[in-house]
Amino acid sequence: MEENKGTTIVVFSGELDKVMAAFIIANGAAAYGHKVTMFFTFWGLNTLKNESAPKVKKGFLERMFGWMMPKGPNKLALSQMNFLGAGPKLIQHVIKKHNAMTVPQLIELAEQQGINLVACTMTMDLLGIEKEEMMDGLTYAGVGAYIGDAEKANTNLFI
Amino acid sequence: MKSTKIVDAKGLSCPMPIVRAKMAMDELQSGDILEVHTTDKGSQADLVAWADSGGHILEKELNEDDVFKFWIKKA
Repeated sequence: MEENKGTTIVVFSGELDKVMAAFIIANGAAAYGHKVTMFFTFWGLNTLKNESAPKVKKGFLERMFGWMMPKGPNKLALSQMNFLGAGPKLIQHVIKKHNAMTVPQLIELAEQQGINLVACTMTMDLLGIEKEEMMDGLTYAGVGAYIGDAEKANTNLFI
Repeated sequence: MKSTKIVDAKGLSCPMPIVRAKMAMDELQSGDILEVHTTDKGSQADLVAWADSGGHILEKELNEDDVFKFWIKKA
């Protein structure tokens, strides 16, 4: 049907609202039959962390980074009205009320729809994030792989 | 109109109506009719654009008691 269409999204931000928007657009594009790639870099990488991953041995600096960054999709803050963590709880409530989907549900749907979730290895190194801390089923790559997908796609977004 | 398959996406919000429609459409043959029911306010524009992009034909649509109904013929 639409095998030749594609959408790529660079997920640079790691806030709940921005990540939610990115996943909704990605899942919508997959429903259009697009080949979809989401490229997670910098703060966006925190979305793909596995909450229950065992502790990984790290250097001091990397451990400091780890303390300051959210661990997984349930720990993300809002870009507006975060109110020291009360905002995300409020958002979870309205998501339920309006029968919308949470970020973990959107990630699961993305996997079902065959969306390619790519973690940027260079920024993983910068932020001291190890593969062992990440969810299963991810692709590890760099900008080269991203551009390869982006040049074939007709919708390319940066969030 | 005789539908081959009905998707009940009532109560579901964006992007689920088109995701469910896509999943159901994948199981149909060309010429089959997919019937979709939604309540999300944006879903009317969404489904019309989605059907058009896939080359499907929107045979009929109506709004009954705040439920949007679509009959889409697969390309």
